[in-house]
Amino acid sequence: MPVSGVQETEGTTPASPTEGKDANMTDNGHHQQSDYGCNRQSPNQNHKPQNGDGPATQNLPMPVPDPPIQYTKLFINNEWHESCSRRKIPVYNPATGALLCEVEEADTEDVDEAVRSARAAFQMGSPWRSMDASDRGQLLNRLADLVERDRLLLATLEALDSGKVFLMAYFVDLMATIKTLRYYGGWADKIHGKTIPVDGEYFTYTRHEPIGVCGQIIPWNFPVMMFAWKIAPALCCGNTVVIKPAEQTPLSALHMAALIKEAGFPPGVVNVVPGYGPKAGCAISHHMDIDKVAFTGSTAVGKLIQRAAGDSNLKRVTLELGGKNPIIVFSDCDLEHAVEHAHSGLFFNQGQCCLAGSRVFVEEPIYEEFVHRSVEKARGKVLGNPLLPGVDHGPQIDQKQFDKIMELIESGKREGATLECGGSACGQQGLFIQPTVFSNVTDDMRIAKEEIFGPVQLIMCFRTTREVIQRANATQYGLAAGVFTNDIDKALTVTSALQAGMVWVNCYNAMSVQCPFGGFKMSGNGRELGESALQEYTEVKAVTIKISQKNS
Amino acid sequence: MLRTVISRALPRLSRPAACHFSAAAIPEPNTQPEVHYNKLFINNQWHDATSGKSFPTINPATGEVICQVAEADAADVDKAVKAARNAFKLGSPWRRMDASHRGLLLHRLADAIERDAAYLAELETIDNGKPYAVSYTVDLPNVVKCFRYYAGWADKWEGKTIPIDGDYFCYTRHEPIGVCGQIIPWNFPLLMQAWKLGPALATGNTVVMKVAEQTPLTALYVASLIKEVGFPDGVVNILPGMGPSAGAAIARHMDVDKVAFTGSTEVGHLIQQASGGSNLKKVTLELGGKSPNIILSDANMEDAVEQAHFALFFNQGQCCCAGSRTYVQADIYDEFVERSVERAKRRVVGNPFNLKTEQGPQVDQEQFNKILGYISTGKREGAKLMCGGGVAADRGYYIQPTVFGDVQDNMTIAREEIFGPVMQILKFKTLEEAVERANDSKYGLAAAVFTKDIDKANYVSNSLRAGTVWINCYDVFGAQAPFGGYKASGTGRELGEYGLQNYTEIKTVTMKVPQKNS
Repeated sequence: MPVSGVQETEGTTPASPTEGKDANMTDNGHHQQSDYGCNRQSPNQNHKPQNGDGPATQNLPMPVPDPPIQYTKLFINNEWHESCSRRKIPVYNPATGALLCEVEEADTEDVDEAVRSARAAFQMGSPWRSMDASDRGQLLNRLADLVERDRLLLATLEALDSGKVFLMAYFVDLMATIKTLRYYGGWADKIHGKTIPVDGEYFTYTRHEPIGVCGQIIPWNFPVMMFAWKIAPALCCGNTVVIKPAEQTPLSALHMAALIKEAGFPPGVVNVVPGYGPKAGCAISHHMDIDKVAFTGSTAVGKLIQRAAGDSNLKRVTLELGGKNPIIVFSDCDLEHAVEHAHSGLFFNQGQCCLAGSRVFVEEPIYEEFVHRSVEKARGKVLGNPLLPGVDHGPQIDQKQFDKIMELIESGKREGATLECGGSACGQQGLFIQPTVFSNVTDDMRIAKEEIFGPVQLIMCFRTTREVIQRANATQYGLAAGVFTNDIDKALTVTSALQAGMVWVNCYNAMSVQCPFGGFKMSGNGRELGESALQEYTEVKAVTIKISQKNS
Repeated sequence: MLRTVISRALPRLSRPAACHFSAAAIPEPNTQPEVHYNKLFINNQWHDATSGKSFPTINPATGEVICQVAEADAADVDKAVKAARNAFKLGSPWRRMDASHRGLLLHRLADAIERDAAYLAELETIDNGKPYAVSYTVDLPNVVKCFRYYAGWADKWEGKTIPIDGDYFCYTRHEPIGVCGQIIPWNFPLLMQAWKLGPALATGNTVVMKVAEQTPLTALYVASLIKEVGFPDGVVNILPGMGPSAGAAIARHMDVDKVAFTGSTEVGHLIQQASGGSNLKKVTLELGGKSPNIILSDANMEDAVEQAHFALFFNQGQCCCAGSRTYVQADIYDEFVERSVERAKRRVVGNPFNLKTEQGPQVDQEQFNKILGYISTGKREGAKLMCGGGVAADRGYYIQPTVFGDVQDNMTIAREEIFGPVMQILKFKTLEEAVERANDSKYGLAAAVFTKDIDKANYVSNSLRAGTVWINCYDVFGAQAPFGGYKASGTGRELGEYGLQNYTEIKTVTMKVPQKNS
């Protein structure tokens, strides 16, 4: 999903982030092709990547063997707590189905406790409120240093817990996490108010103050990165946080909690409460003493969050929701490049991205060739234990997602799309789904309308620019879009016409922390990342002072 | 100058201290720090001067030579500019680097300086004469903070897209200016280096910096750290040298795109002229001051006396923003003078490595003589010498803390920058009069007002012609807040977001589009 800085920061030879991404995100071992269209590595096979363009094999980071799972409790007020109900969440490795550990399950009472602690940390005169902004920034920088120190362990936990490919976790998720923390560390003392030339004998200035206690609810597809996206801008602006990681993937968030304490954040500034949406999540969004809620997840739940805010204290709401993102490929583009990006734009992270390029519109003259090459690429993916090098496709997150994806694949077949490859589960156990490509998809099919959140690529055909713009925008979503063309006029026309928060030209998933991220329409509300995110975590106070005489 | 750390050190102990200086005790200094670097730093390598010349750098506390330092002149400046130009070429590692990585390099530089803070503070003290306790608790932490601050800006200095009329798409890019010549003074050698390098490097420029001949040592050590943390060759070049040779060569160089100078107004004129006489390089100047400090009768007397004392005497009075015209309202004038004299008499002058010392020697013989000359002029012109006025030790460049009362606006000591421990206290009656007299100067760097009355505070701060105005405080600096002068005190602003503008060219890119839509 995020692509910025996949390459190491060591050394001074900079490479374009996309180059690094391509090397790491898509190509590992794609020469491995089997007759089944389903390349599966046995978990015990010691496999080496064959891609010469990737990072040098001997320098590849290796997962921590049998990583210790040290933190399984609720993190409130810089201390570890058992849940009031004493209930626990079982946490599984989706690659094997094995139970990794049990984590305390937060419920309403625990959320109350966390909010009390966050509120106390936000009191006027508290260490957090009276701290210099530059020191808040320095704490975030220190947290980034600690994440860098524990990068292997965090990437291993992430791969075990979410099933994502370890090298992706290491190079993409963790790098983005570190960069996000550093980026917002830099903003802390640069959030400027203004002095304003109002009419009359007055002096007016604005202060950008933190909103207060922020509830944050994050998903399971990029657990540690979403954690950083949420806490970094909130803390840089001086808020306090109650964050609920997804029940499927609480481990990296709890490790981050330990690092937050180690970095020296005062007690209560960040509270981490793993739990289920209908209980802990619901308690956060309905809470009368939470000033703002930020949610990343499905559009269906986004509606519930917005409604809960309306039903309770009108807390501020930011939402980052689903997408059905169009990639538009014109016949004048660099075909191989477009195929490559459309492929990684969909299959990255097993298709579990809100950004997934899940509607590929290809211009008629190159349609067949595009489908042919895309199928080849999909067949080249290596499924297997995400901890092993050479594997570039892991399991889906859980049985529910697995079933939903399989059901949508069936609907695609039933509604008449052409199944080009994949289309079924892979292996007897685990949650692996074959990389799947459908062609001859029409806009009215369910697979062209609903968010699948799985490794299922849909390729449609178009004839004119006007037509494709209209079809691309004919959706409730508006998160991201891509366009591939070498024609500057087409590129500018389509980018300005698409209703989407991010539009990529001749690239896809080219994200970076400096650049705002969020959705038009039902893909969300507000923006994360970049300077834009600061607005979502500040209240502006206009102070006006009567003066005896004004002069310019 | 930078008092924030001093004044906040105590309250901070109870706070979560993210900056380790604030909570740390001052380590026992090594009074004989070893000098590791005394050559020219060009293209990440150490060079002798082309001429083979060197000059002595002196410990002002003793008058003894610390070591010889290579002396750059025009030929070396040419070499350094070539290295900087080369590092700035399109496609170079520096030009292709992600902005966030430039920021990371600045962060690492800050970390390295923090690691070697005690050593750098020792070196600063032996070369400049400022008390070690100040070098360590004021100069060094602010250097680190300045680099960290600008590290954060590197990837946040954003251009805009602009809704121009017609079927066009228009955006701006903030591009680095190119090779920047930077000429810095001796009064805050490390800090001035940070103020100059921070914004220049955050925005992607390359630098040829000339450091003052009185205080070259810490800048050269920082050069070694710049190399250590991984800045590419030629990005920063550091040349010790004299103003009339190396400084002049930078100012009139045809391949230097911008020059930034901190120093006297007199030399500021020369720099601006040199730019006009050569390639119209961009010029920013941070020059002298004769900054008024206005004490109203409703002010907290004890606090005002202490702050006014600090405003003038800090750093041996060697601050461009020294509060060197203290205007005191008539009804509290006598008491204020009495208390100020008492405070000046208590000022501890002596060995700068002694942790109790408040005031060390002046930086060199020339400054020492100049200040003594101003003191005799003051006496001759009829100001009342209340205390001090003489030499404070039999070796080194020590001058007694000196206070003049009954100073008139037309006296030389009330008009010219003394740059030494000599305080002028003037009397005023009305607010309007104080503002008018305060503004009656060619300078406009800083100013302050002490009062409890919100209307008066607003009126005075609004009316003063100065780049920085402090209310009920003095010398409060932060990397976040801009600093620079009105009138002959300078051009442009350093620090804060404003500091970035002085190191940026704005490029407007306009693209024809088939059809515009909002």
